[in-house]
Amino acid sequence: MAHSAPSTQVGPGEAKTRRDFLLYATSATGAVGTALALWPFIHSMNPAADVLALSSSDIDLAPVVPGQAITVTWRGKPVFVRHRMPEEITAAQNVDFSTLPDPQKDEERVQKQNWLILVGVCTHLGCVPLGQKTTDPRGAYNGWFCPCHGSHYDTSGRIRKGPAPLNLAVPPYVFTSDTTIRIG
Amino acid sequence: MAVSSNRIVRWVDDRLPIFTLMHHSTSAYPTPNNLNYWWNFGSLAGFVLVVMILSGIFLAMNYTPHTAHAFESVERIMRDVNYGWLLRYLHMNGGSMFFALVYIHLFRGMYYGSYKSPREVLWWIGVIIFICMMATAFMGYVLPWGQMSFWGATVITNLFSAVPLVGTEIVTWLWGGFSVDNPTLNRFFSLHYLLPFIIFGLVVVHLWALHTVKSNNPLGIDIKGPQDTIPFHPYYTIKDLYGIGLFLMFYLFFVFFAPNFFGEPDNYIPANPMVTPPHIVPEWYFLPFYAILRAVPDKLSGVVLMFAAILVLFVLPWLDTSKVRSARFRPIYKQLFWIFFLDCLILGWIGAKPPEGAYLVIGRIATVYYFAHFLILLPLTGWFEKPRPLPDSIGAPVITTVKR
Ligand code: HEM
Ligand code: FES
Repeated sequence: MAHSAPSTQVGPGEAKTRRDFLLYATSATGAVGTALALWPFIHSMNPAADVLALSSSDIDLAPVVPGQAITVTWRGKPVFVRHRMPEEITAAQNVDFSTLPDPQKDEERVQKQNWLILVGVCTHLGCVPLGQKTTDPRGAYNGWFCPCHGSHYDTSGRIRKGPAPLNLAVPPYVFTSDTTIRIG
Repeated sequence: MAVSSNRIVRWVDDRLPIFTLMHHSTSAYPTPNNLNYWWNFGSLAGFVLVVMILSGIFLAMNYTPHTAHAFESVERIMRDVNYGWLLRYLHMNGGSMFFALVYIHLFRGMYYGSYKSPREVLWWIGVIIFICMMATAFMGYVLPWGQMSFWGATVITNLFSAVPLVGTEIVTWLWGGFSVDNPTLNRFFSLHYLLPFIIFGLVVVHLWALHTVKSNNPLGIDIKGPQDTIPFHPYYTIKDLYGIGLFLMFYLFFVFFAPNFFGEPDNYIPANPMVTPPHIVPEWYFLPFYAILRAVPDKLSGVVLMFAAILVLFVLPWLDTSKVRSARFRPIYKQLFWIFFLDCLILGWIGAKPPEGAYLVIGRIATVYYFAHFLILLPLTGWFEKPRPLPDSIGAPVITTVKR
């Protein structure tokens, strides 16, 4: 190669650096271009517009009597709605919350004291905890018990014992009237 | 070199040396003459891969990857499609057989030190194949959309939620939604169809590496010359065929007489995203890793340890500091090998039990031992063990016995 390049134009050393530059520039452009081209493929796997559109559910609370719990669906997940009894509320409030694995006050987890609304998905690996039916095991804290790897949740849906790291999530919701809510 | 006297064969071979390639990789491949039956498992695994791909392609002709139809389409395969039951049972049990064979193949490699120089890359490709198989089987198990399919998929994909900061985003991305649902089933079907062909390609590369460095053998010493080898064909082709015959009896016994032996009855209940079955267990071949996951009370550490249990295999060639390959000449390693094997069985047993009381304690001890074997015992043994004298050549032990 060197012998074919007239020395008056480009010296051998110079040719090398110029070619190197071209090589690096081409490779860098190629790499960045490939990375950019990958994004549409990756993003196509994220939730599609129709999946996102299904993201809110309306629920009528009127038929749910104190002590009763219902399970509704939101984004394909179960949502627990529990009409709490006064003693369940007191139990949830009378805990020194700072000692809990995921410290949170009961007041921060509800909008109206007697309505506890939670995503019914264990924060460990996603099983649905038991405790919605009165006949279900409710764990050591009378809330919910996850059968998969033994997580116990209290009457505020907070994690008290077991491998789950976080409290049951509170979904975004608003009271659209005194007895209806919209989740999402 | 003339591969054949046939003019057509020669004409093609001059333009695309495919016959030369086949000749080099079968008949001309010089194979140690002392291989025992543990060397049959590689070809058996390859055979099952072909069975899986064939049965899978035909299953896919009648399978519907949609949450509303998947379960029924599998039941239709079982009841209405001609020989559909056979295709499905071959595929279902074939998955279990594939893992059984590959586990034996892997332990064979550990016993005879086949991962050591110069076979490290060969070993790596094997580990990559193993990981791809796990992904394939996991996604295949989701396809019939039964209760175990759904909850297995939920628990396993949720492992990624343990990733710090972006965990939830990763899981949402894996699902294509906010829970395991139709988009998840669709992509799992797509990938379940694709991955076996990737595995096939990896097997070709695995064999390429093998034919470059040649087979290890029960003595773990190098081939010294032609007197130590015999051509692969016909000697090992016939031995591998014999192995396939025996294996087929074992495999087909399950297919015909106990087709649901390895399965979970709960997977014949259609998936219900609102109710988790009281006792969820993965397929048997994942149990040891599941036990490691649950041995740790902390979510992130559990997940990290579980992946580490597989990834540690990549560095095995450097963790084992001994120069001697075969356990036959390593008195201490030989015992450690069997204890490790037992440890894996214990982990498998614990993985099927609820994580409480004594099971949890045993699971933790077995997990600690699993890692101690790789990270502490293997390096130390290599340094302190005094190996027994190695024979001069593969032929030497036989020749001396004959002389006596
Ligand atoms: C590495 C090879 C493969 C492995 C380990 C594997 C594993 C599995 C497993 C464990 C199942 C669940 C069986 C059940 O419980 O019903 C399954 C199902 C299925 N697989 Fe595969 N598979 C492989 C290759 C393939 C290929 C290449 C295809 C398609 C071309 C395929 C198509 C299917 C279909 C359609 C189903 C759903 C029907 C059913 O559940 O029986 N598989 N696979
Ligand atoms: S998923 Fe609930 S404890 Fe593991």
